[in-house]
Amino acid sequence: MTQGPILETKSITMRFGGVVAVNNLSIEVNKGEIVALIGPNGAGKTTAFNMITGVYTPTSGKIYYEGQDITGLRPDQITEKGIARTFQNIRLFKKLTVFDNVLIACHLRLKSNFLTAALRFRQYRREEQRMREQSLELIKKFGLEKYKDDIASSLPYGLQRRLEIARALATQPKLLLLDEPAAGMNPKETEELSAFIREIKDEYNLTVFLIEHHMDLVMEISDRIYVLDFGETIAKGTAEDVQNDPRVIEAYLGVDDNA
Amino acid sequence: MKKQDKILTVILLAALFIFLIIANLFLDAYIKRVLNLCAIYTILALSMNLINGFTGLFSLGHAGFMAIGAYCVGIFTLPISVRPANFYIEPMHPAIANVELPFFVALLLGGVLAAFFAFLIGAPVLRLRDDYLAIATLGFSEIIRIVLTNMQSITNGPLGIKNIPTTANMWWIYGVTLVTVIFLVLLISSSYGRAFKAIREDEIAAQAMGINLFRHKILSFMIGAFFAGIAGGLYASMLSTVDPKNFIFTLTYNFLLIIVLGGMGSVSGTIISAYIVTAGLEIMRFFDEPLSIFGVSIPLFRPGLRMVIFSICLMIIVLFFRNGLMGNKELNWDMLRGLFSKRSKRIKGGEAR
Ligand SMILES: Nc1ncnc2c1ncn2[C@@H]1O[C@H](COP(=O)(O)OP(=O)(O)OP(=O)(O)O)[C@@H](O)[C@H]1O
Ligand SMILES: [Mg+2]
Repeated sequence: MTQGPILETKSITMRFGGVVAVNNLSIEVNKGEIVALIGPNGAGKTTAFNMITGVYTPTSGKIYYEGQDITGLRPDQITEKGIARTFQNIRLFKKLTVFDNVLIACHLRLKSNFLTAALRFRQYRREEQRMREQSLELIKKFGLEKYKDDIASSLPYGLQRRLEIARALATQPKLLLLDEPAAGMNPKETEELSAFIREIKDEYNLTVFLIEHHMDLVMEISDRIYVLDFGETIAKGTAEDVQNDPRVIEAYLGVDDNA
Repeated sequence: MKKQDKILTVILLAALFIFLIIANLFLDAYIKRVLNLCAIYTILALSMNLINGFTGLFSLGHAGFMAIGAYCVGIFTLPISVRPANFYIEPMHPAIANVELPFFVALLLGGVLAAFFAFLIGAPVLRLRDDYLAIATLGFSEIIRIVLTNMQSITNGPLGIKNIPTTANMWWIYGVTLVTVIFLVLLISSSYGRAFKAIREDEIAAQAMGINLFRHKILSFMIGAFFAGIAGGLYASMLSTVDPKNFIFTLTYNFLLIIVLGGMGSVSGTIISAYIVTAGLEIMRFFDEPLSIFGVSIPLFRPGLRMVIFSICLMIIVLFFRNGLMGNKELNWDMLRGLFSKRSKRIKGGEAR
């Protein structure tokens, strides 16, 4: 295995017309870490995720995954390499069942072609069986078993967020990107979530890179934190370093009235 | 599948078989032709639903793909002996003049060629913006018709081809339809079918789950075109003639009506609706004929009225019955049992009173 960081961005910049959404962002995420990306609204966090997952190609800069240049690859190619994500505004397959949502995420590892799949060759039947078992296991793990055959959009909000993580894991990632997983959750749910993230991280051998506004969650679970403001990296380090950084305090005071 | 369902399915297939025997023996040629047309339209509508309803693309090229299949069968199954009589304006091109293929081979070739053309159109369009697919396929289906009209030495141009062997009898047509339905149901219920639906639901999420959008879209598009080609081949052999005018792009709207009425994303809905619409179109033929009541001719009844009524139907469905007959649900034995037991309960309730 490569010794360097699992994910590394080298001064990536994203410009939308005149707007510089992210400027010269350099991030390193090491294997097994939980790293957070924080910053006020519009700081460029989601844009950074979108560059890493191939939704946008950076205007400049390079992205490396396990030492490999992945800049400019398509999102599906990046997922295949082992980076999975969730979305800030949940993007489930709304009209499909919970089970199908997870099952679809197994498709990328399928070896059978469409003919042998449609004609139900032995190899395909075996693969289908395995995908079903894996999906069911994930669904159980995420406490969604009793909603298995429900339509995804009928789940309560918190469970939809959970399902999105389950679906991401079905792609068998090594690196999991979570875009505001605790959005819309109450303090108790948030606390449960942080324990849950730790648990799945250990169980599935993951590295986690997350965006979050709930500071308690961030401070509690992150090994390291990057802080963005107006696309610029204004601080990085441990929770303690970041909390005491005057620029961070200023950025948050300037934006959040209740900070 | 439950054991009882398996038995019911076997019974259904046996019933279809017996029906075909009886239909072949006793029904008159016109009704047999309508039934055959229903089956052919089933293939066309199902394959179009794969593209439009299950994968969420918007293709309007089915008349064109159908034409390719029809001409393939027309050209290659036409006995060499009758070719000079057909191609009397300009003899058949020497490269194909002596090529005669068995019906089944020509049928498959038509499907493969249609899929190949689908690839040619789909490759540039589906890679970039599939919003343009509707325009591109519509254009294609008109271009193919014009090309067919003008390749005199290959297609016999505007005269069309006559005396094509009518190999496609009821058995052939229903056999091929059954195979198509089974294949498409199996495909749609496979992992590939789920990937198609994922693309339909949310492309960005599907791609984030590792689904190669282009590969799956073009796959669905080509499979759909393949079966349209097959249906076209059956059509040519059933009618024993092909004529470029048969494949005007408005034909595609018939298939569109079928899938919208049946339910985008429902196989059983499409099949039911294919029969309703095809039979309905036949019944509605009288709208196109001049009509006079007590010697007064009603000016409304003239060729084209059928299409007006047709468009109105389509609009009503789109406006008021978004989901069609079945939405994206499927008819299955459980549902039928449900219907049946509800009815029998009602009957029993009636007796009790
Ligand atoms: N596709 C786009 N086109 C133009 N501007 C964009 C685009 N995507 C993002 N932006 C702009 O880039 C900036 C950063 O947006 P981004 O969504 O990355 O912020 P964020 O840090 O995720 O904010 P939030 O906390 O609200 O989610 C914003 O000013 C936004 O308007
Ligand atoms: Mg965001």
